[in-house]
Amino acid sequence: MSTFGLVWANLFRHRARTLLALFSIIAAFLLFGLLRAVAVAFDGGAAVAGVDRLIVSPKFSIIDGLPVSHQAQIESVPGVAAATHATWFGGTYQTPANFFVKYPVAPREFFDLHDEYIIDPAQLETFERIRTAAVAPEELAAEYGWQIGDRIPIEGDIWLRKDGSRLWEFELVGTYRVRDDENAFAAFLFHYDYFDEARIAQTEGIVSNFVVRVADPERAAEVSAQIDARFENSTNPTRTATEDEASRQFAAQIGDIGLIMNSILSAVFFTILLLTANTMAQALRERIPELAVLKTLGFSDHRVAALVLFESTLLCVLGGVIGIALAWLALGAIGPSLQALLGRIELTAATMLGALGIAVLLGIVVGLGPALSARRLQVVEALRR
Amino acid sequence: MAIVELKQVSRHFSKGRQTVEVLDGIDLTIAEGDFLALMGPSGSGKTTLLNLIGGLDQPSSGSVEVAGQQLVGLSSRKLAQWRSRNIGFIFQFYNLLPILSARRNVELPLLLTRLKRKQRRRNAEVALTIVGLADRAGHKPGELSGGQQQRVAIARAIVADPRILVCDEPTGDLDRDTADEILDLLELLNREHGKTIIMVTHDPKAASHAQRTLHLDKGSLVGETA
Ligand SMILES: Nc1ncnc2c1ncn2[C@@H]1O[C@H](COP(=O)(O)OP(=O)(O)OP(=O)(O)O)[C@@H](O)[C@H]1O
Ligand SMILES: [Mg+2]
Repeated sequence: MSTFGLVWANLFRHRARTLLALFSIIAAFLLFGLLRAVAVAFDGGAAVAGVDRLIVSPKFSIIDGLPVSHQAQIESVPGVAAATHATWFGGTYQTPANFFVKYPVAPREFFDLHDEYIIDPAQLETFERIRTAAVAPEELAAEYGWQIGDRIPIEGDIWLRKDGSRLWEFELVGTYRVRDDENAFAAFLFHYDYFDEARIAQTEGIVSNFVVRVADPERAAEVSAQIDARFENSTNPTRTATEDEASRQFAAQIGDIGLIMNSILSAVFFTILLLTANTMAQALRERIPELAVLKTLGFSDHRVAALVLFESTLLCVLGGVIGIALAWLALGAIGPSLQALLGRIELTAATMLGALGIAVLLGIVVGLGPALSARRLQVVEALRR
Repeated sequence: MAIVELKQVSRHFSKGRQTVEVLDGIDLTIAEGDFLALMGPSGSGKTTLLNLIGGLDQPSSGSVEVAGQQLVGLSSRKLAQWRSRNIGFIFQFYNLLPILSARRNVELPLLLTRLKRKQRRRNAEVALTIVGLADRAGHKPGELSGGQQQRVAIARAIVADPRILVCDEPTGDLDRDTADEILDLLELLNREHGKTIIMVTHDPKAASHAQRTLHLDKGSLVGETA
């Protein structure tokens, strides 16, 4: 037997009680792993952004959209090197579960502006030439088994067609990948011109936002202010931000993800703290005579305290490791289907280390009280009971 | 040679303004290799005296020298270390850890030594063999009779090879025959293994196994029978 064996045996003396505490800790860390992975994915979208790019969005609501005619005025703002637009399309491919982002774009402009998107020049040329053409990120094409030349039907929801049909059909003419960044946000892209002509007249010429490249990243703030100033008094005022800020604003409109997650996690860990603390306190109370015996045998006050602390930490770390392992398995299973929405969802090293840190901290906080009582325990007193 | 030397040892407990004199000016010398019985009415201070000799408690005044070490004034950490090397404790209610098998209970004191895991296990098995319980090494205390549990406790007390065994009513919870077996075992440890034994008992028959019997009454030693 080792000291570890002693602690382990003590931990599982009341199997049901320990397992109950363990399961709650596992559940908490599973939740922690999942929520952190999602939160990181949200941040990850923002991290792609270079500071040389700005996003011009409607000032008040992402629903409004902006007239495509803004683009020429944006391009005329000093310090703007290039601009293009993108439009939130919505739409369903086969079933709603097949979620990925779809943008009608101006092909050449769009790829020029996003130089991290890498496409074969011949394919880009074809994309430009054929009005019903589309290109997809490589992983997306692989996921659905699309081949070049395939016809891809998308059922529209936001945008209706003049002909009354909801069916948009595109021909896949190429694929692209995102340089260096596996977490990058990537969309299914097709021709804006084709889209604009086909949609019903009232909505013609509306895009969701503009992407702007500034000539000098140092002056991004100034350029951003000038763009917004230009549209200040128009019927479509704008808000210009870095891609970081823009995606955070987007997330903020969905709900304050970070705040919600942190609130949930705080509540969960607080509950776990109380529950585990209670388990440990109970375990200590019934073990007082035994701890006294250990002291009689020559275990020092500190050593006995360390045993108690080790036990609570072991419980929490065990729960943490299992919980994170389960989160990892769960993300492996559900991650791919969320990838289109949030980018690659996975447990980062930081999340795992964070979980370990929290587990150790939890173990110490929970075990500190009992450990101190164990240390103070007077052998003679305890043996008299 | 004296292995225990108590000089003018007093121990009182204060509860609020009240002070209870439990031991009062005890002088006691025990030679190495002795088997000493300590008798006296309930509340006379036997356990208190034993705790002082075993380094579990400190006197209010006086000097306690055991196994060549002055215990008065030692820090709690030093005392713990000293106990682990010099004293084996045997209690009336065995005080085994219920979650551990007999062997692991016996192995406990060895966790404080530098012995390797294998050696610890082997020593524990030897100790269990000495008390005649080698075949029960894997049993938990709950699966053993009172007498067997006390044997495990004795094995635990001797496994680190201390010079002194301190026993507080070791047969108080056992029937006559089992008690005799335990007392025979203690005698064997005294005779064959040279352990100095100090045993508190209420039972004159148990005391008859010892070489000396001291009588304690109201905190003072009142006489000795040999
Ligand atoms: N920690 C303490 N605080 C207060 N009083 C104590 C304490 N320890 C012992 N006493 C008192 O000291 C007296 C002697 O106690 P002790 O346990 O030494 O007696 P004993 O001779 O072992 O008795 P018994 O045969 O019943 O075990 C008792 O009156 C007891 O109440
Ligand atoms: Mg007593």
